Amino acid sequence: MSNNGLLKSSLAKKYLMALTGLFLCTFLVGHLAGNLQLFIQGAEGQQAFNEYAEFMTTFPLVKLLSYLTYASVLFHIVDGIVLTTQNRKSRPVGYVKEKGSANASWASRNMGVLGTIIAVFLVSHMQTFWYKMHFGEMPMHDGLKDLHTVVVAFFSPENSWGIVAVLGYVLAQMALAFHLVHGFQSGFQSLGLRHPKYTPAIEKTGYLFGIGVPLLFAVIPVFLYITQL
Amino acid sequence: MDLTLNVWRQNGPEDKGHMETYPVSGVSPDMSFLEMMDMLNDQIIRDGGDPVAFDHDCREGICGMCSMFINGEAHGPGRGVTTCQLHMRSFKDGDSITIEPWRASAFPVVKDLAVDRSAFDRIIQSGGYISVNTSGETLDANAIPVPKPQADEAFSAATCIGCGACVATCKNASAMLFVSAKVSQFALLPQGQPERASRVKRMVDQMDEEGFGNCTNTGACAVECPKGIDLSNIARMNRDFLKASADSE
Repeated sequence: MSNNGLLKSSLAKKYLMALTGLFLCTFLVGHLAGNLQLFIQGAEGQQAFNEYAEFMTTFPLVKLLSYLTYASVLFHIVDGIVLTTQNRKSRPVGYVKEKGSANASWASRNMGVLGTIIAVFLVSHMQTFWYKMHFGEMPMHDGLKDLHTVVVAFFSPENSWGIVAVLGYVLAQMALAFHLVHGFQSGFQSLGLRHPKYTPAIEKTGYLFGIGVPLLFAVIPVFLYITQL
Repeated sequence: MDLTLNVWRQNGPEDKGHMETYPVSGVSPDMSFLEMMDMLNDQIIRDGGDPVAFDHDCREGICGMCSMFINGEAHGPGRGVTTCQLHMRSFKDGDSITIEPWRASAFPVVKDLAVDRSAFDRIIQSGGYISVNTSGETLDANAIPVPKPQADEAFSAATCIGCGACVATCKNASAMLFVSAKVSQFALLPQGQPERASRVKRMVDQMDEEGFGNCTNTGACAVECPKGIDLSNIARMNRDFLKASADSE
């Protein structure tokens, strides 16, 4: 009956996009919760953040979740590229005049571009912190890898690229915000989770989540930079 | 009204095509867009040229034949209207209007503004029906109780006229709104239940086969739909397809 099977169908690609995307939203919450400790100043903050970093890289259950996160990022990107390529092929000759803004939000029409910005940021972000934490040379503090000092020094006026790092970080969070504002509620729609009673709440949550989470992320490097001026 | 029309001209499926500019004068604001097109063609014929090919039939917004991407929007700037229901009073004297055919690989251009929408017919043939015994023992449809809200929702899904504006306006040329309306009109009624799972799978398979794009949930289709088909139909199809795929052997 079904010649294509579930996994080859256009809808399956959307289910995968939705599931990986929504899972990555939960990852963002976990990541943000840890990062917020960077607001705690002094030795207490340093200890708390380093303990969190140690926990995140060694605790078995978190390790399992981290592999799921890597896989989700990878599938989300590959699936996104496959979908975009197919979509391009579906309209080989474009319109001379197209008024996209008349009927759809800017974010919804530019998810690929926004995703690419986030992916580029991710490479640089993981190289700066994740790679260093896992495989690089780390300063030590109280028997723990001192990620706190690495982070604080990176977003510092002392670092000649510090201001670029802060601005790049803020820009990436803006892209993430637009990506989430459309992506969060879109994920529910792709999975068929739409209901006149609950959808307005999902949309509102997506909006608050999409603005709130990247905003909190973005404030941290700005805070670190300003406090070191 | 005096207007400048930029019209897509393409002399057959293999022709590369180009935009051509035509000045038209003496257009009445009470004319429908198609009447204005008739006027243009009359002018072209009088000048010894080849008239612009465009699809049209009932001219009262119920057949789904008229198409045209007008000034960057499917069926032009109006909401809830087909091109035949769009009136020239929506434009201003001196306006320049760009008129293009629906653009999608699944809707190849036949000539000028006329495209081949038989991909939609093949999707319907793949499962957009219910199998009814017509031997004379047919059960009277009115004898089957249907709750009013479901009946209303099925009816509003069934108002889809298959014009293709959803595909034309979608940045991915996705046919999800059309297919989901055709899936929903049966999925909501008792008569549609026996074939509910096989129908959604066959129709989605056929939709993919025709080369329509994927849904990004931009919602542009529902905004441009002349019949106001809404996104809950797409969600219903997403649900039904997932369930049908999970249940199948």
